[in-house]
Amino acid sequence: MSRPVRLALGAVAVLLALAAPLSLTSFWLQTGLFVMASAVGAIGLTLLVGVTGQLSLGQAFFVAVGAYGYAFLASDRAGAGERVVYGAGWPPPLAAAGAVLLAGLAGVLFSPIASRLRGIYLGLASLGLVFLGQHILTNASSVTGGFNGRDAAPFRLFGFSFTATNPDVVVLGVPYGALERLWYLGLALLALSWWYARNLVRGRPGRAMAGIRDSEVAAAVMGVDVRRYKAGAFTVSSAYAGLAGVLFAVAYGRIVPDSFGLLMSIDLLAIVIIGGLGSVAGAVAGAVLVTALPLVLSHYSGALPFLAQPGEDGIGAAEAARMLYGAAIVAVLLFAPGGLAQLVRRTPSTKEQDHAQTSTGAGDSALPDPGRV
Amino acid sequence: MNQFVTLLANGVSLGCIDALIALGFVVVFKATRVVNFAHGSLVLLGAYVIGRVHENLGFAGAVLLSVAVTAVVAALVGAVLLRRVRLAEPGTLAVVTLGVDIVLATDLTRRIGTDLLTTGDPWGAKVVTIGTVHIPQTRVAAAVVAVVLVVAFLSVLRFTDWGVALRAAAERQETASLMGIRPGRVAAAAWMLAGGLAATAGLFFTAFPSPGISGSVGQAALGVAVPAAVLGGLDSTTGALVGGLAVGLTATFVAGYQDQLSFLGRGFGGVAPYLVMLLVLLVRPAGLFGGKETTRV
Repeated sequence: MSRPVRLALGAVAVLLALAAPLSLTSFWLQTGLFVMASAVGAIGLTLLVGVTGQLSLGQAFFVAVGAYGYAFLASDRAGAGERVVYGAGWPPPLAAAGAVLLAGLAGVLFSPIASRLRGIYLGLASLGLVFLGQHILTNASSVTGGFNGRDAAPFRLFGFSFTATNPDVVVLGVPYGALERLWYLGLALLALSWWYARNLVRGRPGRAMAGIRDSEVAAAVMGVDVRRYKAGAFTVSSAYAGLAGVLFAVAYGRIVPDSFGLLMSIDLLAIVIIGGLGSVAGAVAGAVLVTALPLVLSHYSGALPFLAQPGEDGIGAAEAARMLYGAAIVAVLLFAPGGLAQLVRRTPSTKEQDHAQTSTGAGDSALPDPGRV
Repeated sequence: MNQFVTLLANGVSLGCIDALIALGFVVVFKATRVVNFAHGSLVLLGAYVIGRVHENLGFAGAVLLSVAVTAVVAALVGAVLLRRVRLAEPGTLAVVTLGVDIVLATDLTRRIGTDLLTTGDPWGAKVVTIGTVHIPQTRVAAAVVAVVLVVAFLSVLRFTDWGVALRAAAERQETASLMGIRPGRVAAAAWMLAGGLAATAGLFFTAFPSPGISGSVGQAALGVAVPAAVLGGLDSTTGALVGGLAVGLTATFVAGYQDQLSFLGRGFGGVAPYLVMLLVLLVRPAGLFGGKETTRV
């Protein structure tokens, strides 16, 4: 697609996104919020997996750190005696920033491992984080609320509350409740994440990261501090996950350990692969597909004749969605290794063609060599 | 002391099962450089086939069928991936197996549904008592079978043409091809072997005293295979055996001394292997027996 067409399409998409709460039902708004939260987490992951070439299956752990960090910092102490759940009671924006920093800090703590391992070893090691995280979340119940989770305080910004009232807002006759308000919060955070990631990829750090992906030796020869950049990429990606966690926390209102298991890590990885590794826009598109598909299929399972109803034999909606996206991962990687981003980019402009000829063909391989061990 | 010996015996026997799971995982990696995330689902598939057919075919027939079916499915997965092996990097293929895993696990979980499947093995819930040490009979059988399989595997690897071909291909793929070794065949055989090992492991992994065959078996098996294979070294068969034993012993001892370790929280036995794995990786980034990474410029 040529540049004007892309700009026009982008502008239309932004306008539609801004106007969406006027007509969408709460189901679609809720779905949209989850998509936005996943997209933020996926942008972080694509910086790590796609741009720097470090496979990670631990993203869900850092999302959990963000979500629980926000819930802890923003909420007041609740319950008493055995079932007390502590909270710091900070103002929500401060708590959100704190949660993102906390997730980034968790990434720094993991960096002795993250900066030494590469490729598949890092992916498998980070898998361990998810299981450790699950254990901590269910056992540290005075902070996390244990297996049943804890409530997260609703978001407030300068006295404007992201709940149904206080103040009442009505736009064009549509009353703006919690979901409508959170929609704009999600859009703003998503836009911020997008903008930051694109600048990062196009700037000096982005080139260093891509250099590490293509060849660590070559990058080191060019003066890139490989270990530092690998640790840095992991930290930035964790902070993104933390921001996604904050969004999840305010969108759900209540968070439970089960949501942050291995499945979320796989979902996030599936998003960045289906979207196209290293592509920020692809991560957002992948998030729409992977996050929304199960929700939409279960919502409309009654109207779809090939899906079985709960209690019947045959393939149900949730299963169909999972199998569909499992198959989608396989199909995308085998037939379009560049993901959705590649499909859009089929006709590159002359400038991009020049670039393709001079590059080392990095676009052909979705992932780097997983570390010749 | 008595508790220690009991835990040691149980840990070693559980470690044998874990080593079988890890061995299948490592064989595929050694031959093809692909981390097979679908290995857990293959274990589940093996257990599922046994659970479904043992009433009609008898236990021995069910095990044979299960090994055959799982080996064929594994080879199919391998063949689908292998067709693209020259086009894609191994890391990409690892993620493809993740997709395969999702499809396979979802479908098997759906098929099991709420059925109570048992392995129908002849040992049942019987327990062997040696002195004051109690071990379930299935675990004894598991240890014997594991030792036999591992010895057979290691001698195949050492003495047969295929074993030499596998080691050569693992050493350096291009050179092996030039020497007349067909990497496709080596890889397909490795996948089949991994499937067979997964089915055998699936039998013991779900037999008494485990809770039985359910959809979560796949994830549990992968949860064993990963720390075992990684802490041993992904491309080392010795590493898989040592790693499997380490994981089995760690899980058993942490669960056995739960009361003294209660400050670490309930159910710590399940995550302790991962902690051990991370600690090993801090000291040795390629695992205990993994080949050192060499960089050529």
